[in-house]
Amino acid sequence: MTLLARHADNLFWIGRYVERAETQARLLEVGARNALIPNTSGGFRNEWESVLSATGANLGFVQKYGDDIRQRNIESWLFFDEDNTSSVYSCVLAARENARIVRTALTSQTWDALNGALQEIRELKRTERSKLQINDLIDWTLRQAALIRGTVEDTQLRIDGYDFLNLGLYLERGDSTARLLDVKYFVLLPEIGYVGSGLDNYQWRTILRAMSAHRAFNWAYGGEVTPRKIADFLILNRKAPRSLITCAEEANWHLDRLARAYGRTTEAQTQARTILAYLADLSVDDIFDEGLHEFLTRTIAEIAALSTTISTVYLSGETR
Amino acid sequence: MTAKTPSYFNEMFQDATVRSPYEGLEEWARTMPDEFRTLKQSEAEALFRRIGITFAVYGEGGDPDRLIPFDMFPRVFSADEWRRLERGIKQRARALNAFLTDVYGRGEIIRAGRIPARLVYQNEAYEKAVAGFKPPRNVYSHIVGIDLVRTGPEDFFVLEDNCRTPSGVSYMLENREIMMRMFPQLFRDNRVAPVEGYPGLLKRSRACGAPEECAREPTVAILTPGHFNSAYYEHSFLADMMGVALVEGQDLFVEGDFCWMRTTEGPKKVDVIYRRIDDAFLDPLCFRPDSMLGVPGLMNVYRSGGVTIASAPGAGVADDKAIYTFVPDMVRFYLGEEPILNNVPTWQCGKEDDLKYVLDNLADLVVKEVHGSGGYGMLVGPRSTKDQIEAFRLKIEENPENYIAQPTLALSTCPTFVDEGVAPRHVDLRPYCLVGETIELVPGGLTRVALTEGSLVVNSSQGGGVKDTWVIAE
Repeated sequence: MTLLARHADNLFWIGRYVERAETQARLLEVGARNALIPNTSGGFRNEWESVLSATGANLGFVQKYGDDIRQRNIESWLFFDEDNTSSVYSCVLAARENARIVRTALTSQTWDALNGALQEIRELKRTERSKLQINDLIDWTLRQAALIRGTVEDTQLRIDGYDFLNLGLYLERGDSTARLLDVKYFVLLPEIGYVGSGLDNYQWRTILRAMSAHRAFNWAYGGEVTPRKIADFLILNRKAPRSLITCAEEANWHLDRLARAYGRTTEAQTQARTILAYLADLSVDDIFDEGLHEFLTRTIAEIAALSTTISTVYLSGETR
Repeated sequence: MTAKTPSYFNEMFQDATVRSPYEGLEEWARTMPDEFRTLKQSEAEALFRRIGITFAVYGEGGDPDRLIPFDMFPRVFSADEWRRLERGIKQRARALNAFLTDVYGRGEIIRAGRIPARLVYQNEAYEKAVAGFKPPRNVYSHIVGIDLVRTGPEDFFVLEDNCRTPSGVSYMLENREIMMRMFPQLFRDNRVAPVEGYPGLLKRSRACGAPEECAREPTVAILTPGHFNSAYYEHSFLADMMGVALVEGQDLFVEGDFCWMRTTEGPKKVDVIYRRIDDAFLDPLCFRPDSMLGVPGLMNVYRSGGVTIASAPGAGVADDKAIYTFVPDMVRFYLGEEPILNNVPTWQCGKEDDLKYVLDNLADLVVKEVHGSGGYGMLVGPRSTKDQIEAFRLKIEENPENYIAQPTLALSTCPTFVDEGVAPRHVDLRPYCLVGETIELVPGGLTRVALTEGSLVVNSSQGGGVKDTWVIAE
């Protein structure tokens, strides 16, 4: 059956929102762990500020809470706040609303996972805050995202809708990995002297932990944690499920499937291939020569451009 | 559980004896422990919420995902009772379609003086834009929802007809699914005729209404006002069960002589639109220019035979409350048969004698707006205060044509689970009759129940609930 462009858009955004919810939880984890160690320069305030910066939603936070950067406020903002369009709650709500619209393209299991997540987070929202542990909220989010992805993988038909959902997911994941890595640059270089110090390593490790990747990292690299190894792992390693190159490969795979199914290659495939080819040729030295922050900023922009192209050629309904 | 309120027909109890269709439920209900019932009730609610069977009440705020209360006590018809209803419903559906073909054609029934021309041609629901146009197979109303009430063992009355887009059929199907899931034993013990064939029949009846020159398998789409509509769940449910696309106006456009939908692969031609939006919103070029829900140019394509719209634009003139009075005459006029189902006696406030009677007897009557729906804008005389009655009197006097009145019917009751156990509550019935190449009716329908003790208003927007409706197979 043919897929309405508008419904493909809904599926794409389900993928994006589910992944985005997970990113918020991972950011909370980074913040919460970083806050557990004292920081000589600015107290824990700095860590939380960097988390906010990485979400891109710090302005909204300041409007709501002023400069009261208390952990509890940030937890509320990133997890529950409806005014924050990227909060876990907003993402779950948006994913489920998209699912409701496109219900006919989802299996009952996928719907159940998305709808169930909303019912549960509404329940959490009604629960007294003192009874909720931040770690439980983080775990809850990761579990829901895994459940939703699992139902998609295990129950959805391998048709175009499946590709759009996954495209949303992998573009968002690439964006999210880049942003999580960038946290390091918002938080970590208050003073150049810390680079390579024990503190620095701790925070790098936290990034790995937030990506559920600290053990995988040890398995893949072993030995000392260095910024280069981590950048290599999270950007260039095809074995790492959240690395930028893996996201690019997955996006290419789904775009190629679409090109085959529709018998037509578009600008989206070309663009995605360019990103993948570029990453494949890159070495970690190239990245550090350019500057990690600069590289990440540019990558985030490229992902956004690919997303726009996908919208134009498939989701806008203007296809001829 | 006892039989009381003798003035109302209790569908289960006749004095102390249990009527035969309900025999299989007596022990089930009597022996059900309270805790078990509460448990099952919350299980049912959780299921409805999980599946997402919710609706929104307009303009009230609050939880956007509201549930229609579901009562687990089924409403049951015997095979004999159903056979008669089925014949009556199909007869009525045939007559209503014959009427529509007639009034958009030669208007024989008006020439014969059986229905005043004014009531038809000046009716707001009469679409001049389609006069003279004949839809494929002369089917205007593809789904006729006929609201029935019962006042005695043999006494059924048609309360109103719904020829446009009667809603609620998803409840008929989901209520059954949920009952079967929660009480499988009940279905092993009772021979309940299945309703699950409905979506298949619906798709078949839609596809056979495709434009005649459509040679391939026709592409059918359901046109919804969108996901903010209170009945969106039903729209998506039906699209899912029928395996057809669920489109909004923005997904469709007109080019050349056809209607197309915007897909990820480019435009795809649509042959049949099962629309769930009102005429006025179908095409801003033809009807309301401010409508964002419709498709500009759609009516032109429709009139040139490029697409079928079901139900046909203009079908609403047959279910108007002012026309309702004449449906028995339609049966006689077009079919040459006596109507099997009766109308409720109805006074037209537009007629002088009727108006006088209505105003003199407001306290005993139910007064409705001619074009109203959903239980809004009505007066239930016996359940209203003096002030409410007087306020309504002023409204009627201001615009008598806008109102009809009916006696307060002694609606039958069906046992219903309430806080204290089981008690009789008033019910009505909406079966869904499909009109295509053949006329089909699945054995069942939507039973609505007024959950408030003594209430006669069953609309979901007014605190009504729903029940699974059984027809016992032979």
